[in-house]
Amino acid sequence: MNDLFNTLKVPGPIPTALSEPFWTALRRGAFVLQHCDACGKTIFYPRAHCPHCWSERIAWRAASGRGTVKSFSTIHRPGHFAWTPVAPYVIALVELEEGPTMLSQLLVDDPADARVGLSVTMRPVDIGQYTLPFFAPSANPPEATP
Amino acid sequence: MNARSLGAIVGIAELQSVRRTQGATTLQYIAQAVLRAVEDAGLNKDAIDGLLVGPQVGETPQHVPATVAEYLGIEPRMSNVVDLGGASGAGMVWRAAAAIEAGMCETVVCVLANVREDPAPRSPNRNPIREFDVPFGASGANLSYALPMQRHMAEFGSTPEQFARIASIERQNAQLNPDSIFYGQPASVAEVLASPMIASPLHLFEIVMPVAGGCALVVTSAARARSLRHAPVHLLGAGEKITHRAISQMPELTSGPLKPAMHQALARAGLAAHDMSLLSLYDCYTIMVALTLEDAGLCDRGQFGRWMDDHRFGHDGDFPLNPHGGQLGCGQADLAGGMAHIVEAVRQLRHAAGARQIPNAQTALVTGNGATVSEATALVLGADT
Repeated sequence: MNDLFNTLKVPGPIPTALSEPFWTALRRGAFVLQHCDACGKTIFYPRAHCPHCWSERIAWRAASGRGTVKSFSTIHRPGHFAWTPVAPYVIALVELEEGPTMLSQLLVDDPADARVGLSVTMRPVDIGQYTLPFFAPSANPPEATP
Repeated sequence: MNARSLGAIVGIAELQSVRRTQGATTLQYIAQAVLRAVEDAGLNKDAIDGLLVGPQVGETPQHVPATVAEYLGIEPRMSNVVDLGGASGAGMVWRAAAAIEAGMCETVVCVLANVREDPAPRSPNRNPIREFDVPFGASGANLSYALPMQRHMAEFGSTPEQFARIASIERQNAQLNPDSIFYGQPASVAEVLASPMIASPLHLFEIVMPVAGGCALVVTSAARARSLRHAPVHLLGAGEKITHRAISQMPELTSGPLKPAMHQALARAGLAAHDMSLLSLYDCYTIMVALTLEDAGLCDRGQFGRWMDDHRFGHDGDFPLNPHGGQLGCGQADLAGGMAHIVEAVRQLRHAAGARQIPNAQTALVTGNGATVSEATALVLGADT
C-alpha cells in the first residue's frame, strides 16, 4: 500500500446523518450497504428511499466487499492538486456483488495490472481522518462463469 | 368551461414545516415531497418523465436536475431548473404544461424544498459526488470520460488510434475556421497519441481546451421568422434524456442518454441520422463523439472506428462532422461551447459558412451533453425551403 496515503491533505467525505452508518462501519473495517426490504435490491449511495421502487423500508446490511472492475483509468494529472504526490494512481468503477456500482481507487503495484473484469475485494484505507473503501485484486478470485 | 385546458395538476404534497432541521439534506426533502405527490396522484415512479426543480442554494452548484433525478432514480425526458424566486412554483406549472404540449414528455413532477440546518453545513457542496467520488481522488471531468472509453476498448476492441482520429479530424476541420483556437495547428493521429496521457486512455489532445467565449440564439415563431433578414432555420425535432449524474451510476458505460434523445428528435422530424447534411455533435472528448455516432445508429455498437475508416468528415465529405472544428478544434467556452454547435448548424443551414460551406446543406443533427454523459439533448434543424 502507498505509504504516502496517510500524508495526503485531500478533501474527505462529508457524511450526512443518512450516510453516517456507511462511514462508521468502515472505521472498524466493515462494509455495509443499504437494502430495500420491499424490492430486495441493494442501494448505493445511501438514501432514505429506494431509487428502484420508491419504498422507504430500508435497512443497513453487511456486504461481501467483493466486486468486479467495470472500468478504470490511470490518473496521471489529478483533477485535485492534493492528489499529485501519489499519481499515477488508478480509479476504478467496481460493480459490487450485491448489484450497485461504486467508484473507488484500485490498489495495484503497477497500473498496468489494472484490467476490466478483474475480481477485487474491499480494503479499508485511512486517508486523513476518514477510512475509505478502496479495492485490491482478490487473493482467490471466484471462478469465472462462462 | 369554454377555454381549452392547457394541462392539469393531478397530485400534490406538502411536507410538515419545521423551524430547524437536523442532519437533513435538501435532496432528502425533495425526494420526500416527490414521493408523496406522486403517491397522491395514484401514479408510480415510472410515470414520471419530466422534472422541474429549483436552484439548490449552495448545495449542488451545477447539474441540479441530473443530481435530483439520479437521487430519485428516475430518467426524465425533460428537465429544468426554474429560478424565479417566489414565482418558481407558478413558473413550473406552465413550463410543465408547455413541455407536455410540445410532446417532450407526459407527466412532470415539479418540486421545491429546503432544509434549515444549524449550523449550516461546513462545505456548501452536498452533491453526492462530493461524498462518494471526490474523496477517492476522482475530481474533474477527464476521468468520467476515460472510464467509458476504457470500457469501450475492453468491450469492443476499439483502439487508441481510432479515438485519436476523431481529434485529428476536428483539428483538420478547424483549419478552415480562422476563429478557432487551433487555427494553424492541425494534429495528426500520431501527434494526438504523442500528447501527454492525462487520465488513461485519454491523451491531452482528446480533451477540449478551456477558453473564454459566449454564444446566444434568438428563437421566434416560424411565422414571425419569415419577415426577418435571414432565411430561418427551423427546429424540426427535439429530444431530451437524463439517466444519472455520477459516472458510477451510468446505466451502461458504452451507450448514453443521447440514444433515446436523438431517436426522439429524429422521429419527430421524420428523418434518419444518415440523411443529415451535417453532424454537429457535442465533442468534449473523443469518446463522446464515438458514443454519439454509435448511439445515432450511424454504425453498429462498438464499430465507430471501422465505420469512420469508410467515410470522410470534412465539409466536403459524405458525413460532414463539426466543420467549424468542434470544441476539440475551437476550445470549450464553458457552457457556450455546446451552443457553438447550434451556431455552426445555423450558419451551414443559412448557407453562410464561407470556405467550409457544406454543399446544399438541408438538415443538421445537433447534440448537447452534460456532466458525465448524464444530460442529453438532441435537435434536428432544417433549412428554410
